[in-house]
Amino acid sequence: MKSLEELKALRDKARENMGIREDQPDATRVVVGMATCGIAAGARPVLTAFVQEVAKEKLEGVIVGQTGCIGICQYEPVVEIHEKDRGKTTYINMTPEKAVKIVHQHLMSGEIVNEYTIGTIGK
Amino acid sequence: MIRSSILLCAGTGCCSSGCDKVHDAIEENLKKAGLESEVKLVKTGCFGLCALGPIMIVYPEGTFYASVKPEDIPEIITEHLLKGRIVTRLVYDETLQGGEVSSLDETGFYKKQKRIALRNCGVINPEDINEYIAYDGYVALGKVLTEMKPDDVIKVIKDSGLRGRGGAGFPTGLKWGFAAAQPPGQKYVCCNADEGDPGAFMDRSILEGDPHVVLEAMAIAGYAIGANEGYIYIRAEYPIAVHRLEIAIKEARKNGLLGKNIFGTDFCFDIDIRLGAGAFVCGEETALLTSIEGHRGEPRPRPPFPAVKGLFGCPTVLNNVETYANIPRIILLGADWLSSMGTEKSKGTKVFALAGMIHNSGLVEVPMGTTMREIVEEIGGGIPGGKRFKAAQIGGPSGGCIPSSLIDVKIDYDSLMEVGAMMGSGGLIVMDEDSCMVDIAKYFLEFTVDESCGKCTPCRIGTKRLYELLEKVTKGQGTLADLDKMERLSYYIKENSLCALGQSAPNPVLSTLRYFRDEYDAHVVEKRCPSHACKDLMSIVITPDKCIGCTLCKKVCPVDAIAGDVKKPHVIDQSLCIKCGVCIEKCKFGAIVKQ
Repeated sequence: MKSLEELKALRDKARENMGIREDQPDATRVVVGMATCGIAAGARPVLTAFVQEVAKEKLEGVIVGQTGCIGICQYEPVVEIHEKDRGKTTYINMTPEKAVKIVHQHLMSGEIVNEYTIGTIGK
Repeated sequence: MIRSSILLCAGTGCCSSGCDKVHDAIEENLKKAGLESEVKLVKTGCFGLCALGPIMIVYPEGTFYASVKPEDIPEIITEHLLKGRIVTRLVYDETLQGGEVSSLDETGFYKKQKRIALRNCGVINPEDINEYIAYDGYVALGKVLTEMKPDDVIKVIKDSGLRGRGGAGFPTGLKWGFAAAQPPGQKYVCCNADEGDPGAFMDRSILEGDPHVVLEAMAIAGYAIGANEGYIYIRAEYPIAVHRLEIAIKEARKNGLLGKNIFGTDFCFDIDIRLGAGAFVCGEETALLTSIEGHRGEPRPRPPFPAVKGLFGCPTVLNNVETYANIPRIILLGADWLSSMGTEKSKGTKVFALAGMIHNSGLVEVPMGTTMREIVEEIGGGIPGGKRFKAAQIGGPSGGCIPSSLIDVKIDYDSLMEVGAMMGSGGLIVMDEDSCMVDIAKYFLEFTVDESCGKCTPCRIGTKRLYELLEKVTKGQGTLADLDKMERLSYYIKENSLCALGQSAPNPVLSTLRYFRDEYDAHVVEKRCPSHACKDLMSIVITPDKCIGCTLCKKVCPVDAIAGDVKKPHVIDQSLCIKCGVCIEKCKFGAIVKQ
């Protein structure tokens, strides 16, 4: 180790490989429906796309997770985004490409991608 | 890309409850489900709730699974990690409220805790230096070497009010200052990891969960006092801790964080491990240093103190593991940060190993000034079986007991001294109404008799005589004059012993005499043990109206002391009974009692 800068660079690199290891009650949660119906309709690549894009853009306060059957199997893959101040947004018939767009437009710019939703309800 | 992390506790507690098999099962099932590139499995250090091991936390949800068995793993992998459905039956029940899983920080066990020394335990992989670095590891060392003068470092530690966590509570900054004031030349930094109190495992858990924090702090101390060599004295009974320290030292050297010209400065520092054979006296500083030198571990008179004349006759700073674990955070966050926590004269936090008759046995870290009641009732979850709190032994064989009347005492160095106990290294053994305080004092004294190194007479012979007097009392052969003799002898040993082992050995006797004199009197005058714990002063009998004559006790009695016909009340032959208590455990009707 030759300098503090070198250590800090190493620290930032190491952080990327850590994943989330603390409770984040206020985080925005992106939840992918991963019941049998969801997986059959292709939820796995959607989940992977969200995880990768969120990591790539280094978004903080966003947790990507999965859940069971949301109950609208004909619209799978279904993705819900839970935000503390806006409540829940439900996106349907998801694909990895749509996921990337949602990360940029919804999570980063705060604009709901209306054409992909099933409709929104206030909190 | 990692979307989920499984943190599996791999401390000694969880290892002995089988975490390695759980680890293999997780690895295998992750592979089977094709999740190994998305889910990261990390072996971490102690979470603290050792009673519930093996323990694992799954992030990002922060789900806390307790008492996990290898057969549970397929369900956790397919349900939780694949389908996102939390396996509620395995979730730690305190985090389950009305079907909702809540945060671990909200549970009684964690709510009042403040983790500084343990902050990385249960969070990082202790065998990977990158994980320590990701959590600001070695930044404090870098800051010290590139931005601070040695005197500044000592000033920060002094101002923080940090006191030694190993027992006596000597101000750490002051100690460093003494060593730094010695003329330049060969100096040493040593770490006392010879944790010897029965039931104490704070230092072990820190070394197992976060070994780099100790290395970093020792290097900081080296810079502050002008030393370039360090030794960690650790007992060989801690194989996991030794193994992880070895890995940590190797990785630190590889990354240039130990060795020559650290951070491109002139500062060189390296650390070696010395294994102790497990003698309690080697936790005493002069005995420890003598043992590192290769001699028999015996104490020597002080002064000169080690800061002036320590290892190989050179100025030496010797601190305990937990003390070191506080140092890097103090450097990064400032003296005020630490001194804002705790009481007037005791700053920061203290780790306790909670054991004995308590619901949540394990490792807890609380701000100084937390009361015994908060630790026992809130964090510890109270006494199992609806029994009453009787006393807590704090500070191990060198400490004293705190009776239920003083349960609201604040835990800090000075308040504990006032009530005749001491902080010690942090062993905290909780006792319920079934514990006999005379027997407890005898237990701890037996330990010190055994561990006395024999160099000085008051300790070698005095503790032995004191033990014999206690034995007389527990056998019902003691007299009131014996109790006075015990007290006099205790003070004599305290005043005349060479080192802290002898000086503190009579503490359990003195403190139980102080708070439980009535129990001693009962043993001596009435020849009765109120808790029915002393075998010579109690007998086991069958209550005839409760006994239905099921013959179970008769079958389990190892010495055939129980007689009786089927469906008729049985009787124990007192001349044969060895008072093992097996019949009490087996009786389904509560018909057999101690009296």
